Amino acid sequence: MDTAHLARLIPVLPEIVLGVGAAALLMLGVFQSGRPWRMVDYAAIALLAVAAIILVLLPAGKLTGFGGSFIVDDFARFLKILALLGSAAAIAMSLDYAEHVRQQRFEYSVLILLSTLGMMMLISAADLIALYLGLELMSLPLYVVAASHRDSLRSTEAGLKYFVLGALSSGMLLYGASLTYGFTGTVGFASIAHAAGQGGPAAIGLIFGIVFLFAGFCFKVSAVPFHMWTPDVYEGAPTPVTAFFAAAPKVAGIAMFVRVAVMAFPGITSEWQQIVVFVSIASMALGAFAAIGQRNIKRLMAYSSIGHMGFALIGLAAGTPEGVQGVLVYMAIYITMTLGVFAVILSMRRHSGMVESIDQLAGLARTHPATAFFLAMLLFSMAGIPPLAGFFAKFYVFLAAIKAGLYVLAVIGVLASVVGAYYYLAIVKTMYFDEPAEGFYNMPYELRVLLAICGLFNILFFVYPGPLVGVASAAAHSLF
Amino acid sequence: MSIGLGHYLAVAAILFTLGIFGIFLNRKNVIVILMSIELILLAVNINLVAFSSFLGDIVGQVYALIVLTVAAAEAAIGLAILVAYFRNRGSIAVEDINLMKG
Repeated sequence: MDTAHLARLIPVLPEIVLGVGAAALLMLGVFQSGRPWRMVDYAAIALLAVAAIILVLLPAGKLTGFGGSFIVDDFARFLKILALLGSAAAIAMSLDYAEHVRQQRFEYSVLILLSTLGMMMLISAADLIALYLGLELMSLPLYVVAASHRDSLRSTEAGLKYFVLGALSSGMLLYGASLTYGFTGTVGFASIAHAAGQGGPAAIGLIFGIVFLFAGFCFKVSAVPFHMWTPDVYEGAPTPVTAFFAAAPKVAGIAMFVRVAVMAFPGITSEWQQIVVFVSIASMALGAFAAIGQRNIKRLMAYSSIGHMGFALIGLAAGTPEGVQGVLVYMAIYITMTLGVFAVILSMRRHSGMVESIDQLAGLARTHPATAFFLAMLLFSMAGIPPLAGFFAKFYVFLAAIKAGLYVLAVIGVLASVVGAYYYLAIVKTMYFDEPAEGFYNMPYELRVLLAICGLFNILFFVYPGPLVGVASAAAHSLF
Repeated sequence: MSIGLGHYLAVAAILFTLGIFGIFLNRKNVIVILMSIELILLAVNINLVAFSSFLGDIVGQVYALIVLTVAAAEAAIGLAILVAYFRNRGSIAVEDINLMKG
C-alpha cells in the first residue's frame, strides 16, 4: 500500500491505537497467568494517555477521514480529551474497589476502553451512519459494565434496565435518522444542513425526524423527559461504574447533541430551539426538586447529573458560538466535580462494607477533615457558589442565554440552581454539624490524588480561567 | 392501486408504534421487550430501504445492513444480561424487576 493511502488514516490514529490496544489487552488478560487485572488496568490507563497525546499531536485545523464521515476539529479535540480523562479516572477509581469486593476482572478495563473508542468515534462523527456506529460502540460495553457484578441482583437489574431503555433510545434515534435521511436525501451533516435550508414540503417529515433524533439524544444525556433510567442505573451499578457513567458518556452524549444540532440543522434553529429550551427547563427543575428527598448518595448524584445536563443544554438552546463555548466549559468543570465527589463516595467504606447513605457522612469533618473539606468545596461548586469553578460554568451558559434573548430560560436556570443548592448544602451540614458516625477506612492513594486534583481545580479555577475558556472558545468557533 | 413510498412509511410507522407499545404496555415477560426492540429496528430498516429505493440512493441500504449487524450484537448482549439477571432473580417477569424504584 502506498503511503498516501496510509496518510489518510492519520486523523483516526488515536482511535486505531485505542482499538488495537484494547484487543491486545484482551489477549494479554486471557493468556497472562496469575493476576492479570492489575497489569491490564495500568496498561489501559497508559493506552488512554497515549491516545490523548497522539490526539494533541495531530496536525492542527480541521481534518477529515473516511470520505468526510469522520471529522477532527477543535471541538472534537476538546471533548475527546475530556472523555479520555473521564475514562482514565474511572479505571483508576476501580483499582481499589475491585480488590475490596473481589471483582477483579480484567474485562472491566477492556470494556471501558472499547466504550471510550465508541465515544471518540461519536464525538468525531460527521454523518448519521458514523453517529449510530459510534453510539452503539459506546453503549454496548456500558450495558455490560453496568451488570458487571454478575452475582449481584442490583447490578444485573441495573444492567437490564439500562439495556432495555438504551436500546429503545437507540431505536428512536435511528427512526429519526431514517426520516432525516429520507426527507433530505443524504446522511452527511453538512449536506443535511444544505438540504434542510431549502424548506419545501419535506419540512414536516424532517421535523418529525429531528424530534425523534433529539429524543434519542436526551436519553443518552439523561435529560427529562427521558431520564427515568438514570437513578436506578446509578444506584444499582457498581460505584466505579456509576462514576464512569456520570462522566465520560455524558461528555460524548452532549458532543453528539451539539454537533448534530449545530452542524446538521443550523438553518432551522427556531424549530429545534424550543425543544432544547423545554428539555433544559424540565431537567433543571426535576434535578433540583427530585433530589431533595433522596437519602442514597448515588441516587442523589443521578438527579444532580440530570440537573447539570439541563444547565449545559441552556448553552445549546442559545445556539450561538458563545452558547457552545458555555456548554464546553460546563462539561469540563462538570466532570471534575463529579469525579471528585465519586472519589469520596468510593471511599465510604467500613469493615462492614460499602455504605451509600448520606447519613453515614455525619461528622466527616471530624473523622476525615481533609476529605470533608474537599467534598464541601466540590458540593459548593456544584451548587454554583462563587468563586468556585461551578459558578463560572453556570455563568457562561447563562451569559450566552441572555445574549441570545432567552431571558425566561436564564431566570428559571438561576432559580433552579438556588433550589438545587439546598440539597448540596444539606450534605455539607451533615458533614460539619452532625454527631460523627463511625469513621471510614483510609482513602486509597489513587482516590486521594484524584480528589485533591479535582478539588484544587475547582477551588483555584477563578485564579486563571483563561486557558480553559480560551480553548473552549476556539473549539466552539470551529463548529460554526 | 400502486404501492408507493407512503405505504411503506405507514407500515414502518405502525411497526414502530407497536414496538414502543410492546415495551411500555407489556407486563409479562422481558423476552417480549427484546422482541419489541427488534420490531423497532425492523421498522427503521423498512424506512431506510423504502427511502433508498425512492431516492435512488444506495446509502440507505448500506445503513440498513449496518443496522442489522448492530442489532444482532445488541440482541446478544441483551440476552446475556438477561441470563445473568435470571440466575440471580429466578424470574424474568417484568413486574419482578422492582428492586430499585425509579
